[in-house]
Amino acid sequence: MTDYPIIRTVGLSGLLVTFAGTMSEAANKASVAFRAAVDAEDWPEVSETAMSLVSVFVITDLVAHDADRMIKRLETLLASRDWLAAPLPEGRTLWHIPTVYGTDLAPQLEEAAAAAGVDPDEAIRQISSTRVRVLTIGFAPGQPYLGELAENWNIPRQKDLSLNVPAGALVVAIRQLVIFTNTTPTGWRHIGQTAFRTFDMSGTEPFALSPGDEIVFPAVPRAELEALRGKYPDGFGAAEREALA
Amino acid sequence: MSGYLKVLTAGPAMSLQDMGRSGYFAHGLTRGGAADTLALHEGAALLGQSADLAAIEMVGMGGTFEASADTVVALTGAVMTASIDGAPLVWNASYALPAGAKLTIGGAQSGACGYLHVAGGFDAPVNMGARGSHLKAGIGGLLKAGDDLPLGAAGNCRPGYRLPIADRLSGGTVRVVESAQTNEFSRDTIERFSNTEFRRDARGNRQGVRMDQDGEGFFANDGLSIVSEVIVTGDIQVTGDGAPYVLMCESQTTGGYPRIATVIPSDLPLVAQAPVGAPLRFEFVSHEEARALESRARAEIRTLPGQTEPLVRDPHDIADLLSYQLISGAVSALADPFNT
Repeated sequence: MTDYPIIRTVGLSGLLVTFAGTMSEAANKASVAFRAAVDAEDWPEVSETAMSLVSVFVITDLVAHDADRMIKRLETLLASRDWLAAPLPEGRTLWHIPTVYGTDLAPQLEEAAAAAGVDPDEAIRQISSTRVRVLTIGFAPGQPYLGELAENWNIPRQKDLSLNVPAGALVVAIRQLVIFTNTTPTGWRHIGQTAFRTFDMSGTEPFALSPGDEIVFPAVPRAELEALRGKYPDGFGAAEREALA
Repeated sequence: MSGYLKVLTAGPAMSLQDMGRSGYFAHGLTRGGAADTLALHEGAALLGQSADLAAIEMVGMGGTFEASADTVVALTGAVMTASIDGAPLVWNASYALPAGAKLTIGGAQSGACGYLHVAGGFDAPVNMGARGSHLKAGIGGLLKAGDDLPLGAAGNCRPGYRLPIADRLSGGTVRVVESAQTNEFSRDTIERFSNTEFRRDARGNRQGVRMDQDGEGFFANDGLSIVSEVIVTGDIQVTGDGAPYVLMCESQTTGGYPRIATVIPSDLPLVAQAPVGAPLRFEFVSHEEARALESRARAEIRTLPGQTEPLVRDPHDIADLLSYQLISGAVSALADPFNT
């Protein structure tokens, strides 16, 4: 058994601090908090930080900087508090992203509902009433991994990929939701469609979401979604946001 | 404003590239930039300018170009057929490109990614800190016929220089270090991976390059249940069919497939430039060895400007020589004596 947290080198690109071997709420919150703590240290050797589901990636040039020295600093910071008990940071945002569930816009709702052991109406009720958190951003620019859904949504990815699921698609697998940044083939099931854009290069802040933000996906009729698309042809404005205390 | 370079015809995969974008990894955006960044340094050395300037990356095939003002160009990376108004050019060299002259760059003769640099670089709009196109992320895009690319303010760029470079255009041995998931593979699998001669598969782009071989696939012990984790450029990911993919400059930032190893940065150009079918082997080195190799590669980059040498004995002859060829249509005197 591995004792977490563990620190490993990632090629010559940096160090990875991992809090658990599988996804867990506590390890995810620990990653959010530890990343913020590393940022606050403002070490000149660290050029960037990022987090995945249960780990923090400290980007530092391991050619110019000695890995062992950085590891010692990270170990000291790890020992300074109980990261698995860390609360979520302040300054987070709650997003309301209108979503059309099912129809030909999101053709895998029924299939996903069946896999989750509920009928489509109950699936819509469950998903649209669950407030999910941004667990991590990755894969494509601004693309959020959201969770966790109730245990019945622990449905596997499909073996065969669905081709060309569009940008703004709400997809589900393994108790998580993703909103796609770009059209992409995927093994996740397409259950909803939003007009939300995770990434808008033209804006001063090109990325909508940060880890720790929360989202609800209220069900709307198709006409309302089309109206939103017309109103916000660019950007991620097709959503309302409020500050979380 | 110092003019522009007009794209008259464009190969299928030409884009503006530079050193890419840093600072956006946490937002899911990898560096992007040139697939072969060493070629950017070489072009910069030939033109005596910064390696941060944007150049045109041409995958497999170039295009035809015409400048609206006199400029100087340099050609690096994959060796492609090239001529100015019919006079053949050698690669890894800089040339005067007079206004109105036609620069024609054809197919790759060796390597995959060729680079066309101009004096002053291309003054394309800066998006999120860089001019390079990130095709996967939808930043910028492919160049096409009719595009006018503004030329940046040129310094004192010299035509008629060449740069002797070691071959990196036909595959070879690629040094790798252990990744965070190397231990998920059995010792036997790792040994077989190290002893396998792969061929660059036809499936490959700026996101990743597939490695082909005749034996069975390379599977992790528990390959499909690994929690999604960060991916860095150079990671060698093994997907469901057991085929390794070397992830390149436009890779995703996170993923759930195990990575058997990570290519050291200075050997990535070997992968980027390997033509389809070229042999590639992966050799594990320790973290300390990798660090030493990388330090040496960086030091060598700093010596590039000092390695440039005149393309002919007397640089004052170059302009005359080029125009002489235009009149005579003779086979280039530039072509062979230096093509070592």
